[in-house]
Amino acid sequence: MSNWALIIYCGLITYLTRFSMIALIKKEMFNDRIRQVLSYVPSAIFPAIIFPAIFLDNSGSILIGNNPKILAALIATLIGIFSRSIIATIFSGLASYWFLIFVV
Amino acid sequence: MKSNLKVFLKGIFDVSPLMIPVVPFGLIFGVLAIDVGFSPLETMGMSLIVFGGASQIVLLQLFSGGASSFVIISSVGAVNSRHLLYGAVVSEHLSDLKLIWKIIISYFLIDQAYAISNEYLKRNKDQNKYFHLVGAGATCWVIWQSTTFLGIILGAAIPEKLGLSFAIPLTFLALLVNDFRKFINFIVIIISGSVATFGFNYIPFKAYAIVAGLTGLLVATILIKMVKTNE
Repeated sequence: MSNWALIIYCGLITYLTRFSMIALIKKEMFNDRIRQVLSYVPSAIFPAIIFPAIFLDNSGSILIGNNPKILAALIATLIGIFSRSIIATIFSGLASYWFLIFVV
Repeated sequence: MKSNLKVFLKGIFDVSPLMIPVVPFGLIFGVLAIDVGFSPLETMGMSLIVFGGASQIVLLQLFSGGASSFVIISSVGAVNSRHLLYGAVVSEHLSDLKLIWKIIISYFLIDQAYAISNEYLKRNKDQNKYFHLVGAGATCWVIWQSTTFLGIILGAAIPEKLGLSFAIPLTFLALLVNDFRKFINFIVIIISGSVATFGFNYIPFKAYAIVAGLTGLLVATILIKMVKTNE
């Protein structure tokens, strides 16, 4: 598939979820149980992007020792939990990462 | 009733604070897309056509990992499934709209616009209240397109040594900061992350994001039930 086709399909599926939200889905369609489970979607899917990007090296093998990303991500998580700020989380993570690779 | 323009401007005003984190997000996206091998035109096209931060970053991440188109598209769908939840809430306020407006508003219905306008829609009875959502969405649109463009230009000037790709997991981590405090969410996060990490090389077709997501939801369902029975 060409890059453009890929982009268009991804755009289409993104658009369709949004459209179905306001045009098709009605309140009665979901009971409390399903709604509760759906509220866990971010917690269930985002770690699949977060964890491999932190714990795996470029070749895809698990890298624990000598991996500044782990400590930087931990610092970012703690800052995030206490500050509840998206921006503080991103910048504290990047700053500690740069500190660890350039200064330490 | 306020004029359409007033409601539109109120939408712009209300959503503005939420735009602060979108700026670095857009920049990072622009830089990374070029880094991963998309042309400047394709990168801009992605922001124009998809117009969704999480969708676009997932696309990049899996594309750079060599995932198949089918897996990339279904993973983007999985990431977007969180929107279905909002549907039940927001559709109530927009049910009287003409279809053409529903088609237009759907394009702008990103997390930030939704979050801010839902408050306004709940409190207001005016016929033209949806202009608030259009104003908020248009603001997000302008910020997202211009920061993508800036990222494309800056991309060439930013050295690879900076490891800016680390900003991807950080951005998603930032979206979960409120969830780390909750017990069930915490367990789901750890399990999904572990499945993705250990399964990265073993789950076929690079479908690790989908497998990890489904495992996480299954665990959430079981835990919800367990907490209920203990109450």
